[in-house]
Amino acid sequence: MLDKGKIGAETEEREIAVEAGMLALFCQAVGETNPIYRDQNAARDAGYRAIPTPPTYASVLANLAPAKIDLVIGVLGADLGRMLHGEQSFTQVKPIYVGDRIRLRQRIIDIYDKKGGALEFVVLETSATNQDDELCATMRTVAVLRN
Amino acid sequence: MTIAATYREAASGAELPLLVTPPIEPLTLALFAGGSGDHNPIHLDRQFAAANGFDDVFAHGMLSMAYLGRLLSNWAPPERIREFTTRFISITPLRSVVMCSGTVAEIVTEGGLRLARLKLKTTLSDGTVTLTGEGLVQLD
Repeated sequence: MLDKGKIGAETEEREIAVEAGMLALFCQAVGETNPIYRDQNAARDAGYRAIPTPPTYASVLANLAPAKIDLVIGVLGADLGRMLHGEQSFTQVKPIYVGDRIRLRQRIIDIYDKKGGALEFVVLETSATNQDDELCATMRTVAVLRN
Repeated sequence: MTIAATYREAASGAELPLLVTPPIEPLTLALFAGGSGDHNPIHLDRQFAAANGFDDVFAHGMLSMAYLGRLLSNWAPPERIREFTTRFISITPLRSVVMCSGTVAEIVTEGGLRLARLKLKTTLSDGTVTLTGEGLVQLD
């Protein structure tokens, strides 16, 4: 069973630059062809100060700037092969643009189980803040462990 | 059934234009692993998947959420998407074609601004629902 005493544990703050090339690879992978995500001129013409990022990109930034010790695998000692993604949510406060430097921090906010421990759930919250100290997004992830 | 082509036509009960993806190939998952930074071998390595009780690799849940993200940002500029939430209901096998759909559940007013609350879903060709979710899009 996962140690509920680890509720409240958090990662160090990581920082990552939002890069046009990485964003283009993500767009290619998901079939996103909207020019605002790929072309600076198209983004400017649409009224953006720089290329904006698509709806789930804050989670990509969190993946690209992993914590030194992953909360679920490292701190809780869960087995990666038994882990499934249960839920994911994004709350957008301010857009994230190419050229921004985004700081990320993740925290365990809950651990619970169902079916007598056959399924365990870890609820994680991640904040993404930009170079002007503006909160851009809050993400909530539920990881499910199949025991 | 009314189709709302963009957020400007949002009305309660209207549907967003459907988005249907090409089949998810192993290459799709390799590209998505690199592009999303999620290198979990369960999506890339058949032996690892088999060792963990799966017949084959399967798609990242976040790939289907990204497809729904395309549906959303085709409909409204990305800065208008206040909330975007999904639950991962079932696994998306290789070669799946993913159909992304959305409906305006209601128009609500919050702090003097109108928002569309959307119900979102991804469905496979055999009718399996893989993700359900919600979006909250600022209309004003």
